[in-house]
Amino acid sequence: MKSATDSRQWFTQFLQQGEGATAAEQHAWLNQARDTARSAMQSLPLPGKKQEAWRYTSIEEILAHEFEPVSADFDALQTEDVDNWLLPETKAYRLVFANGRFVPALRNFDDLPEGVTIGSLRYALSHDPVSLAIWFGQTANHTEHIFTALNTALINDGLFVHIKRDVILERPIEVVHLNLGLDKPQLIQPRNLLVLESGAKAQLIERYESSGESVYFYNAVSEITLEENAILQHYRLQQESRKAYHLQQSFLAQAAHSQYRSTYLALGGKWARHNLDVSFQAEGAECETNGLYLVGDKQLSDQHLDVKHSRPRNASRHNYKGILHGSGRAVFDGRILVDRDAQQTDAHLSNKNLLLSRNAEIDTKPQLEIYADDVKCSHGTTVGQLEPEQLFYMRSRGIDTITAMKMLCLGFAGEILDRIELSPLRDHTEKQIQSLLAQATDKLGDV
Amino acid sequence: MLSIKNLKANVDDKPILNGLNLEVKPGEVHAIMGPNGSGKSTLAHILAGRDGYDVTDGAVIYRGHNLLDLSTEERAHQGVFLAMQYPVELPGVNNMTFLRESLNAIRRARGEAEIDAVNFIKLVREKARLVHLDEKLLKRNVNTGFSGGEKKRNEILQMALLEPSMAILDETDSGLDIDALRIVAEGINALRSPERAIILVTHYQRLLDYIEPDHIHVLAKGEIVRSGDKSLARLLEEKGYGWIEQEAAA
Repeated sequence: MKSATDSRQWFTQFLQQGEGATAAEQHAWLNQARDTARSAMQSLPLPGKKQEAWRYTSIEEILAHEFEPVSADFDALQTEDVDNWLLPETKAYRLVFANGRFVPALRNFDDLPEGVTIGSLRYALSHDPVSLAIWFGQTANHTEHIFTALNTALINDGLFVHIKRDVILERPIEVVHLNLGLDKPQLIQPRNLLVLESGAKAQLIERYESSGESVYFYNAVSEITLEENAILQHYRLQQESRKAYHLQQSFLAQAAHSQYRSTYLALGGKWARHNLDVSFQAEGAECETNGLYLVGDKQLSDQHLDVKHSRPRNASRHNYKGILHGSGRAVFDGRILVDRDAQQTDAHLSNKNLLLSRNAEIDTKPQLEIYADDVKCSHGTTVGQLEPEQLFYMRSRGIDTITAMKMLCLGFAGEILDRIELSPLRDHTEKQIQSLLAQATDKLGDV
Repeated sequence: MLSIKNLKANVDDKPILNGLNLEVKPGEVHAIMGPNGSGKSTLAHILAGRDGYDVTDGAVIYRGHNLLDLSTEERAHQGVFLAMQYPVELPGVNNMTFLRESLNAIRRARGEAEIDAVNFIKLVREKARLVHLDEKLLKRNVNTGFSGGEKKRNEILQMALLEPSMAILDETDSGLDIDALRIVAEGINALRSPERAIILVTHYQRLLDYIEPDHIHVLAKGEIVRSGDKSLARLLEEKGYGWIEQEAAA
């Protein structure tokens, strides 16, 4: 275990190393954000068991690694290199980021409609800094957390999506975040910014993939702003290497009558955590998040949800399910806060877990804090196993135990998979889950 | 087809079956009747291979196999079918997918070709008509949210589809109103054939008003205490089980 000084040093070492990498784009507001983040890193608390949000998830394994900030672009990547990770038949506008850097050669969005900008944050910094200055840092607090501060201090590139007022994007945007292992494990820190102006509508698929058994620490921050009546359908499919560390922090701000619907599929990584902060700025907005995590031996999947209903008449629905096998571990920490003024809030939180082995472990903590009196709120958690009755029933119809288990697991996951409206993505995800369950077959047999 | 000899079984060290003997030939319909706790369901479960029963003595020979040596799914592959008293709900598992997986698992085990999706749909629709099962239920999850009658009809649909050599129906009449009972019984009657044996496990004789058995056996305290033809059912209806149990004890 590292001492506090050494741990702090682990974070601040990147500040010297990262100096050159971020010097390209200089804007006063951006430099200020970086500087604030840098100095905050000297004093922000280090994640540890004493902090509620980190009680069940240790970062020691990450701190035990030496990482190096990404210092080069990946322009040499060819279409063939990423073919494996592209979804067929989605007709999507496509972007590829390699280790957090935009790869222009692999883009496929030349026929974008008027009023839509998608691409690289770095490109936007040099071509449209004024827009960025308006939106940047609106939803994320750079100095709330040391990982956010680390990301902010070294901002270089990331995904930028800007959809102007009333523009409806029919085809989905598909973003592949491809992470490659290099000689030295990399610290990959994309900074993503998504803005849908009032009445805009879009579908976004984000996929997190690794090349082979790459080791790296992915520390991403996304800011998502939905203006009035904007609608975003957001899919995230995380299936990184079994040696990867993945931290994704998302900050979502919703204006009146906006709708955010997301389905998050956490299928990979050694240590993967997703934090989602939601805030409602006015009334009549809807936020629906669905999640499925599947973990096996030596894997940790951690979902944190912080939904703040500080204004009246907003609705939020959160449904997370987990399948754990082998010595897999998962954490679900979902908090919905309903302020005194947030009357007629409609908020529901559910977390259900299926444990396929005795060694699997889930720490689940749904929290509902309600200070208003006229609300409809609920939360529920279950942790269960496959019922012997169900297995007997299926076996008595000729189906072997392993197939029966797989069918029941897929059935359990079905409720989340059904929320994926793009059928190529649904099919792809279902196949991934089937193959992961098949790989876990040996372990399943031990039940 | 089935020969049970001196079968003894415990549940949690408590003897439930105490030397049961039964011979069933192809084409025959046997009814096994008896009061609650007599061991009827235990017998049905042991034949289908359910865990939790400790067979301490005796043998079960089914078509030349020692049935108790086969796994649950192997028994299904060999044509054993149990229609459950309480059909289990399988949330998230589509009924059609389940039925097809089941049929194909059995066909694979027998070295037969799998049935393709198109032919399967044709087949399952035809069988659903036989048991008056609403086609909508085929698209739903297995037994999930089905009424009691729908669950039982779904069991008979599976029987029609899997065409077992030996079907054991455990309290299939329980929880059914008269109309539902008639439909289920019609389905079972349609599946009577010279190659197929059917064992009806039931507490009440009313099912036997619709399905005429060749043999009736009365089970009490884990043994068959009386066997006879269908007239035995009438006698039980009039006099209850008490007199047989007393006779057996004497």
